[in-house]
Amino acid sequence: MAGITGKDQVLTTYANKLETLDAPKGRSLTQDALSRLARNKAAVASIAVLVFIVLAAFIGPYFVPWGYSEVDWTSIRKPPDFEKGHYFGTDQNGRDMLARVLQGTQMSLIVAGVATLVSVVIGVIYGAVAGYLGGRVDSVMMRIVDIMYALPYILFVIILVVMFGRHPVLLFVGIGAIEWLTMARIVRGQTLTLKEREFIEAARAGGASPWTIIIRHIVPNLTGPVVIYATLTIPEIIIAESFLSYLGLGVQEPQTSLGTLISAGAPVAEVLPWMLMAPAIVLVTLLFCLTYIGDGLRDALDPKDR
Amino acid sequence: MLRYASRRVLSAIPIAFIAVSICFFILRLAPGGPFDGERALPPLVLANLRAHYNLDQPLINQYFIYIWRLLQGDLGPSMVIEGFEVSQLIAIGFPFTLTLALSAFVIATIIGILAGMVAAVNQNKWPDYVMVLAVMIGVIVPNFLMAALLQLWFGVYLDWFPAGGWVSGRWEYLVLPITVLAWPHAGRISRLMRGSMIEVLGTNYVRTARSKGLGERLVMARHAIKPALVPVVSYLGPGLSYLLTGSLAVEQIFGLPGIGKYFVTAALNRDYGIVLGTTLLYMFIILALNLLVDLLYAWLDPKVRYR
Amino acid sequence: MANTVLDVQDLSVTFQLRDSEVDAVREMNFQLTEGETLAVVGESGSGKSQAFLSIMGLLARNGRATGKALMGDVNLVGMDKRRLDEYRGRDIAMIFQDPMTSLNPTLRLRTQLAEVLVRHRGFDRKDAVRTSIEMLERVGIPEPAKRANSYPHELSGGMRQRVMIAMALLCQPKILIADEPTTALDVTVQAQMLDLFKSLTEDFGTALVLITHDLGVVAGVADRMMVMYGGRSVETGSVNDLFYDPRHPYTLGLLHSTPHIAHRAERLDPIRGLPPSLEHLPKGCSFNPRCAFCFDRCLEERPPLEPIGGDRKKACFYEGPLRYEEVA
Repeated sequence: MAGITGKDQVLTTYANKLETLDAPKGRSLTQDALSRLARNKAAVASIAVLVFIVLAAFIGPYFVPWGYSEVDWTSIRKPPDFEKGHYFGTDQNGRDMLARVLQGTQMSLIVAGVATLVSVVIGVIYGAVAGYLGGRVDSVMMRIVDIMYALPYILFVIILVVMFGRHPVLLFVGIGAIEWLTMARIVRGQTLTLKEREFIEAARAGGASPWTIIIRHIVPNLTGPVVIYATLTIPEIIIAESFLSYLGLGVQEPQTSLGTLISAGAPVAEVLPWMLMAPAIVLVTLLFCLTYIGDGLRDALDPKDR
Repeated sequence: MLRYASRRVLSAIPIAFIAVSICFFILRLAPGGPFDGERALPPLVLANLRAHYNLDQPLINQYFIYIWRLLQGDLGPSMVIEGFEVSQLIAIGFPFTLTLALSAFVIATIIGILAGMVAAVNQNKWPDYVMVLAVMIGVIVPNFLMAALLQLWFGVYLDWFPAGGWVSGRWEYLVLPITVLAWPHAGRISRLMRGSMIEVLGTNYVRTARSKGLGERLVMARHAIKPALVPVVSYLGPGLSYLLTGSLAVEQIFGLPGIGKYFVTAALNRDYGIVLGTTLLYMFIILALNLLVDLLYAWLDPKVRYR
Repeated sequence: MANTVLDVQDLSVTFQLRDSEVDAVREMNFQLTEGETLAVVGESGSGKSQAFLSIMGLLARNGRATGKALMGDVNLVGMDKRRLDEYRGRDIAMIFQDPMTSLNPTLRLRTQLAEVLVRHRGFDRKDAVRTSIEMLERVGIPEPAKRANSYPHELSGGMRQRVMIAMALLCQPKILIADEPTTALDVTVQAQMLDLFKSLTEDFGTALVLITHDLGVVAGVADRMMVMYGGRSVETGSVNDLFYDPRHPYTLGLLHSTPHIAHRAERLDPIRGLPPSLEHLPKGCSFNPRCAFCFDRCLEERPPLEPIGGDRKKACFYEGPLRYEEVA
């Protein structure tokens, strides 16, 4: 589900810039971009809100009065009730919505984190190997990427999920395994220019193996684009995950995710609006924040684009 | 231009072939099969079924059989819905999906381009701010959530449009689904259009055009819009394929009789024929769209043709 | 006395920045006579381009122009864009510095040329294309009929600038403004281009404004010149007078920092210091921090541009002889 933040475009521009810029003196392009980001009020506020959501999702469950799968038989299908500690109300099974939203957020964040990690690792290694080895290996590997681009993404995920069962870990891997294409392209481009630099020549002259050179010398030089790529990938994966969960292919009961909660809330939204609103607001806020951070990064990288 | 086109078409063929193969093997290497239902079938029946669908042969043979049939335009039978060919099911569901996605595509592209232009011309004035907000909402809110909210608001509270379902020939049943599909697409298009239009309006050649006294209308129509469309066009291909796949979800949510309905059930039942057939259909559409976009691109940017 | 085709009075250009205003051009006054070539000379940031962009109504969004630029009895400054479009391209045309980016990359040359004639002369497309091809031939483009079907990227920089010249002269305008037309070109092409300007403007009786920082260009082509500094014109007069007898210390400095023209000096001397930032112009004469002839009055008062005999004007209080040794 590429393209909510225009990731490909941003990263390509950025990568081109890195390529044309000879070893930046003093502050690197990435540092420069971060300091510009710090001056972007929307992005800074988004980071603050994001940090709050992450903390709430991971620490919050220890402080709320109810567990996410705990049933309160005295309040079933009840609107928010502050006396009993059901601040967001309860669902049809008498489970506390606040606890469920926190758990769902946590799950969505974990899925996004793991899937992003998977896609970054695959993308970086694949791209670096292709770029470093070059020649025929490179053209075959990049052809494969072209082919993967042609596959209908969400169908592919659905097939994977259905075929390999509904284990959340597989879900992460399945989503991550398809998100790496752009990363591989960018990394390959970077590697092509990096491998002409003197320090790589020196390492090669010193007898280092291609694998060592890739891991020790090339990958560390890719930090900037990787961090930005990851930031822009997370919201895409959150949407993909919640979409799958919405279709009933994702996270399973009693565990939950934002998508599962929304799919549970949507059909009853007319009578129990709090069941839809609470997860919807959290999801939208989360995506807004991540997108503003992404946009902030984009502007920081390309200040003329205003 | 013709040579460029034929070169592009030729280079798409091996990609399509390899992608078909990948899909086939991924699907087959996964555990489970179409007849592992809740009710265990008698061994003889199962063996007959398997033989009927060639599932008893080695995988590689099945692969060649599939490819051979595919070359003849035969997508094979459905393995779960008895007596139906995959192509029949696609013929039932796909026209609806295509109509839905294409209407959304056309509407959204036109709205997106116009909105992007208006915002660019009025940069940092109120039409621009309104558009940026609308784009943000469209791009960020996932389609299933947008669908739920629109159903609730316009379908239930205001009762302007039906919240779901389908009655043949009644356009009001399509208003909400098309809105859900079109909004994000229009958002991305207008965002691209706004950005590139602002860039183009600042170029030297637009200044030249203005210095010729052509009048702002002609400057826009002839000198600014065409180059500004370049990034937009490059998004149209991926955009339509997102719309087509996004339409799967929207069909589920609004209960519309498109191909999405069959696909999800088929995947759950491991109906290889339908899953593979649908995936291939989408893949070919995506490849064809990319091809079309490349050609359009070559028309917009003369430099591309000579690469 | 030849006719005045452009009479600029008190032209100022202001740019609104985020939290300040910058005056790029201040109270400029000059006349342009029919058929003459006026060179406008100055360092980058001296306002020379902005002054003429403002006359053409091409300032950036945050720019505002005041004053008058009278063409006959029509004032071009601050004119409604729709009315201005009647004059732009027909009576007053402009050529820009960078021929590589000044032509629309997505349109064939014949479209870009012919539209001017269709707009201003009411030609139908066919006649317009034919006339355009004739004009391409006139500016020295080989195989003009074939070239007219090309896209800009198929032409070299020099060829593109020829196309720009052809485009600007299609309607035989009274005034042609050329903003650094040779800067982006190879040195070998520059001379050809200047000859082309000279011959064409003579043929059409077009007055040429040549904006440049290159005094070598001025020497070959211009009749009169205007020297700009810090957004103001500081000295005007015939090219001969200014070259052989500069009266403003800045003009003197410019001459001595240009090769070939530095008659009196053995070596090449740059002007001391840096061009001023328009946001922080010094009090008094803008040039005072870099001027070897500066005295108390220059620090307090700004010298006005005043006639000093003949058709010369200067904006400087210093009345003594300008000798280069004193600068060095």
